[in-house]
Amino acid sequence: MPDAAAGTPLHIITLVKWVPDAQLERRFTEERHIDRSEGILGELDEHPLEAALRIKEAAEDREVRVTALTMGPAGAAAAAKKALQIGADDAFVLSDDALAGADISATSTALRAAIERVQEVSELDGELLVVTGMASEDGESGAVPAQLAERLGVHLLSQATSVELAEGRLVVTRTATVEQQTVSAALPAVVSVTDQANDPRYPNFKAIMAAKKKPMTELSLTSVGIGPTSVKPRAQVLTAEPRPPRHGGTVITDEGDAGVQIVDFLQKERVL
Amino acid sequence: MSAVLVYFESVGAELTTAQQELITLADAVGEVQVVTGSTTSDAVHALALEGVHTLYTGEGEIHAPDPAVIDLLETAVQETRAHAVLARNTADTTDALARLAVRLDTGLITDGVGLSHDLRITKSVLAGSYTTTARVAEGRPLIATLKPNSTEPYLVPGGAPEIVTLPVTPAAAEDLRVLERTPLEASDRPSLTEARCVVAGGRGLDGDFGPLEELADELGAALGASRAATDAGWIDHAAQIGQTGVTVSPQLYLSVGISGAIQQRAGMQTAQTIVAINKDEDAPVFEIADFGVVGDLFEVVPQMVEELRKRRS
Repeated sequence: MPDAAAGTPLHIITLVKWVPDAQLERRFTEERHIDRSEGILGELDEHPLEAALRIKEAAEDREVRVTALTMGPAGAAAAAKKALQIGADDAFVLSDDALAGADISATSTALRAAIERVQEVSELDGELLVVTGMASEDGESGAVPAQLAERLGVHLLSQATSVELAEGRLVVTRTATVEQQTVSAALPAVVSVTDQANDPRYPNFKAIMAAKKKPMTELSLTSVGIGPTSVKPRAQVLTAEPRPPRHGGTVITDEGDAGVQIVDFLQKERVL
Repeated sequence: MSAVLVYFESVGAELTTAQQELITLADAVGEVQVVTGSTTSDAVHALALEGVHTLYTGEGEIHAPDPAVIDLLETAVQETRAHAVLARNTADTTDALARLAVRLDTGLITDGVGLSHDLRITKSVLAGSYTTTARVAEGRPLIATLKPNSTEPYLVPGGAPEIVTLPVTPAAAEDLRVLERTPLEASDRPSLTEARCVVAGGRGLDGDFGPLEELADELGAALGASRAATDAGWIDHAAQIGQTGVTVSPQLYLSVGISGAIQQRAGMQTAQTIVAINKDEDAPVFEIADFGVVGDLFEVVPQMVEELRKRRS
């Protein structure tokens, strides 16, 4: 059966975020923003990239471009570079001082403008598929994909555990609150994938060398056509206090009665 | 008094504990109105509570990924002029509230663990290492999702709420269609995120969750696992607690055969009481456990079960 969408190029824009390494100590700045001066490509963002590359590899008779888009402070270009090494065709980095401390609303507003700008300058004129991870590892809200879909006016398929294109339509398996759903949707769409969707590849030496020749474009709010007022946060963090560290309590070595001692402890703490 | 809209994906014959908590929190900040996309005739009895005024529904069942969910919420906000919209923090409700916040041009705050009378949300962030308070910009409605175990439910039975059907129908769009639905495996145990007590196992179990299942049943606890255990396929992925899995804040967290690396800790360090059993005395979990046992879990756990049974009888 001929592919209904054959001939129409597909533009997959994958969102990647440069996040503070969760293995290290993470903290808030005096402005009550998460300190984003150091970072890595979010582990959860390797899954959407992998999903995008597999769609590209499976597409036989249509041109597919995989673009990595990141938004963040100056260092965020490192996440875009890593995405190019893993296999993205090109990358865009949106960086602007007005985006420091962006909330969900500001982030999705800026990303929407960036995606539209990327489509314009790409001259691919293809169908749009935005693929994201299930959440960022710092903000952790998982709400940006939904806001982005709403702002772009396209379908949202979140929490996908598999993504395929069949005859030009998306077929996604997703985990809803009480059931597993297989959903078929037309493009354009935003799809967020979980860490169960695939096993991301590692870049090999050849891919790392090839990435040096791939285009990376810097964007600012001005170049994506929006002013600082439209990215004013709609939610404000009033206080940010480090949680008092947990201290270890009693540790005993089992001498044959540890099970009984635990039950004693639970009874004493009234948690039974 | 201004209205607070509480969104439930569905309402059955009995409210879940998480639903009871939401009504308790909402009742403290306004007149409670409930909106749901899916309801049975029993729902009105479940919601016959003091402080709950109206139950809003659509015309027919409206569920994610159907975007009519957002139409339903938007219509309910217009109807009630609610100054806050609250829901649980499941992925589907987060999506719905996120899109609602765009339509209302207001802020969204996710995963709250507390709500103050002046609509400030308390959150635990960066894997439990910081506590923040946040609010939306002045003069805009608060849109927030809240985690289970955020408050002690306090409800007083009352008259049945008025039922209002809003003119919102499921979107039968051809370009977004659910082809197949498979119910997630139901368990007799409480759900991981809602449970007051969680028993979690890791590498130390060596593939055998039997003793832990017995302990969980004895404690009425939910069963969780470390990433090592879910990656090994010993237990379903949905049971994974940690950075890339579920975050839990139960009253009691029993960590069994889990070393407690940072990845795991991120998902459980806000538990009220942590008890750990591990054969390695250097396991990092002992640094945060209120009570720790260095020993063989296959001896300690069965003895606990036996002791719990003895004291119960």
